Amino acid sequence: MTKLLSVSGLKVGFGRGDQMRAVVHGVDFELDAGETLAIVGESGSGKSVTALSINRLVDYGGGRILDGRMDFLTAGGEVIDLARASDRRMEKIRGGEIGMIFQEPMTSLNPVLTIGEQIAEAFKLQRGLSGSAARAATLEALDRVRIPDAARRLKYYPHQLSGGMLQRVMIAMALATNPRLLIADEPTTALDVSVQAQIMALLAELRRETGTGLIFITHDMGLVAGIADRVMVMQAGEVVEQGPLDRILDRPEHPYTRHLLKAVPHFSGGRHVRRDHHRTDKTATSPTLTVEGMTVRFPATAGLLRRSIGAIHAVENVDFDVIPGETLAIVGESGSGKSTTARALLGLVKPHRGTFAVVDERTGNRRKPVQMVFQNPYASLNPRLDVESLLAEPVRASGERVDDAVRARMARLLERVGLPVDSIRRYAHEFSGGQRQRLCIARALMVNPAVLVLDEAVSALDVSVQAKVLDLLIDLQNEMKLAYLFVSHDMAVVERIAHRVAVLYAGRIVEIGAAEAVLSSPQHAYTRRLIAAVPTMERRREIFKLDTADIPTLLRPPGYEPAQTLWRTCGDDHQVRIEVDDREEQSHAAAHRQ
Amino acid sequence: MNYLIRRLVTFPLVMFGVSVLVFVAIRLVPGDSITAMLGTEAGLLTPEQRQSLAVYFGLDQGWFSQYWRWIGGVFSGNLGVSVTYGKPVLTVILERFPLTLELAVLAMLIALGVGLPLGVFAATRNEKRSDLAVRIFAMIGQSTPSFVIGLLIIYVLSAGFGILPSMGEFVPFSQDPLGNLSQLILPAMTLGLSFTASVTRISRSAVLDVLGDDYVRTARSKGAPKARVIWRHALPNALIPVVTLSGVEFGYLLGGAVLVEQIFALPGLGRLVLDAILQRDYALVQGSVLFVALNFMVVNLLVDLTYVLLDPRIRLGGRS
Repeated sequence: MTKLLSVSGLKVGFGRGDQMRAVVHGVDFELDAGETLAIVGESGSGKSVTALSINRLVDYGGGRILDGRMDFLTAGGEVIDLARASDRRMEKIRGGEIGMIFQEPMTSLNPVLTIGEQIAEAFKLQRGLSGSAARAATLEALDRVRIPDAARRLKYYPHQLSGGMLQRVMIAMALATNPRLLIADEPTTALDVSVQAQIMALLAELRRETGTGLIFITHDMGLVAGIADRVMVMQAGEVVEQGPLDRILDRPEHPYTRHLLKAVPHFSGGRHVRRDHHRTDKTATSPTLTVEGMTVRFPATAGLLRRSIGAIHAVENVDFDVIPGETLAIVGESGSGKSTTARALLGLVKPHRGTFAVVDERTGNRRKPVQMVFQNPYASLNPRLDVESLLAEPVRASGERVDDAVRARMARLLERVGLPVDSIRRYAHEFSGGQRQRLCIARALMVNPAVLVLDEAVSALDVSVQAKVLDLLIDLQNEMKLAYLFVSHDMAVVERIAHRVAVLYAGRIVEIGAAEAVLSSPQHAYTRRLIAAVPTMERRREIFKLDTADIPTLLRPPGYEPAQTLWRTCGDDHQVRIEVDDREEQSHAAAHRQ
Repeated sequence: MNYLIRRLVTFPLVMFGVSVLVFVAIRLVPGDSITAMLGTEAGLLTPEQRQSLAVYFGLDQGWFSQYWRWIGGVFSGNLGVSVTYGKPVLTVILERFPLTLELAVLAMLIALGVGLPLGVFAATRNEKRSDLAVRIFAMIGQSTPSFVIGLLIIYVLSAGFGILPSMGEFVPFSQDPLGNLSQLILPAMTLGLSFTASVTRISRSAVLDVLGDDYVRTARSKGAPKARVIWRHALPNALIPVVTLSGVEFGYLLGGAVLVEQIFALPGLGRLVLDAILQRDYALVQGSVLFVALNFMVVNLLVDLTYVLLDPRIRLGGRS
């Protein structure tokens, strides 16, 4: 039987004439109908370029197919070489036979057209439908990706929907005309874990329903384990290894595959938490950072006169403390208030209520600085400043002069974070992403802070770089007895660096405690859901249940004060918030007993 | 909708600022309107005659009471009387305005009709020879002063083709549409050229920007043909800067185009204001500047309205 797609000797380059630079050097693979191939690699491995070459979108990004064949079996039973097909032919094949889903649902939909118009366009282009026929088909497509209340959503513009909903719209659009091949390029990277689980479940289900061949591009081995039949590993434009899923995961042959599998932080449900530091006796060490009743609200207004309609309760009554040398991870999804909490600690937003105190046990100084490392190392370094000026910035900001002692400290820190000492005269663009993040860490350490707030500090980095930066952070913490507040949505990374975990949901801590306890036996319903959504190597081909529940609104009427939080203690260091309905149940139970 | 209402609220405030500014500015210019009106004969006036003229035009009073008298009149639709023309200022302005408006509209039609397609074309031919040609045209069009272009057009047409621009008394459109257009087409082209060049440049770069956006790639992945990708997906997203630019340029044109009016001997608003300043015709300067400012604000409001139509994110605000 002929394969759906068989690619051989594919070479792709960018640029023209002498400037031509090949980025994919001879890729071979085959795909059967209904089969899923995962292409795995880090940034610059050529995985996305390979994918974009298949439907020849690479042509529009300045790329060119230099050599090779891509034989594709069309619905008509004809085999055509996609590498040589005419533009006209490709227009019929794109959308008609090959659908594609992209990484950023927020930017991949046209902001000035309603989602209904955009999906209908696919039907119009490929099946010539229009008017009510197109509308009916669009409704059916939205139903197929389980978008609730589809008829109303048709009239929505992209900015009115959440990322997860938009990705469903993208999938609906890509599947509109029942393509024989679906290419998904990092379709869940920009989404929260539980939304990611939803999208993955949807893809798996649709693949079963439609029998579409799927090419799934990702950097996340955990996702690969959940969906792929076969895996292809790419590095620097070459395929280093490919084979069936189990073989690649269990018996990787190529050193790079092994390295990748090792570097990927596998989430193991709290079995591999850090054991280098124990909060054994609370009275022994006084906390470096104490946060009490932290509440951040943003006023909400409506109408012409900006009448107050209440407030967004972004962070509500959050308490925690961090002792020296300890990492508290704050986990949660977009809108949970985790970044707002971090920003409040740095004075970047003003808390409505609540206090925090930082005490440096090394000196007893009460006003020790809190420093922050941000998510995107590309955007958080001023491109016009050299490294010396970048490192001098926090020193100047704290009112000190840049003298020889400070310069010596710069050199020491640069060396400590693993950057060459001659970097001092260089500019940010001369460094790689990982190096930039090391630079950001060095900058944060310039003023010898007691607390370091790490806001998604490794999320933008490739997995192998991520692992090294995490190691560096752990070493630095042990050396300098730093207290880390590690804000992240990535449970695998959290498992690797956290001693304690606080789970934030809708602006409140719902569960807090020792990392092992929270991750291995989550008590709160939300924590359970969050942890169940994390893709792991162990749960291969596990099918998630689809769930379309929304995060509750954080908008409260003026004067609203939430009820006192009640906590249930589940262990030595493990507390869970008691939700209102639980409380009702308990009071019911109490009433019954009487 | 709220967005537009909020803009409307700022309307009177801006008008008030403009009125104060122009009132003070024209009085800071040395010279007075009586001397300017009578020329050397002003020297022959006895102090009593001068005084009675000043009283007649209200120039004998302090600035404050002059301003209040003027602005009070403005609210009742009376912009004062022009010293030069001896007619109500509003009448003088409204005589000149239709020509200026027509010229501005024609220039904008040319600019959008030629510049927009040219810009879109250049964007799709990025870095190819045709793109370069368009960019050179735009560069020349933007950097050549309008009087040079105007004279060149007259020269080329008369020397090369024996066509002479219809000079002579201005014919309003309502009386003789064809005669009117044949009078205005050359000045409109002159004005339109640099406008076209700006529109070309801005639409080229806006479309080029948008063509790299993710949703354009999505449209292509759906199999949309090239023309559809550009006209349906890229262009609507690229129009906002084009509308902004066109609004500003159109607003300027509504203030009159002094050089072009001079070259083609057209009685437009530009020359009116210039003459009024030279004549120290306070009431006319104040009135016409206020009128031009009002036009500018109306145009800005139309631009905002267009944004609202073009972009649902402005129309509907954040997430609902």
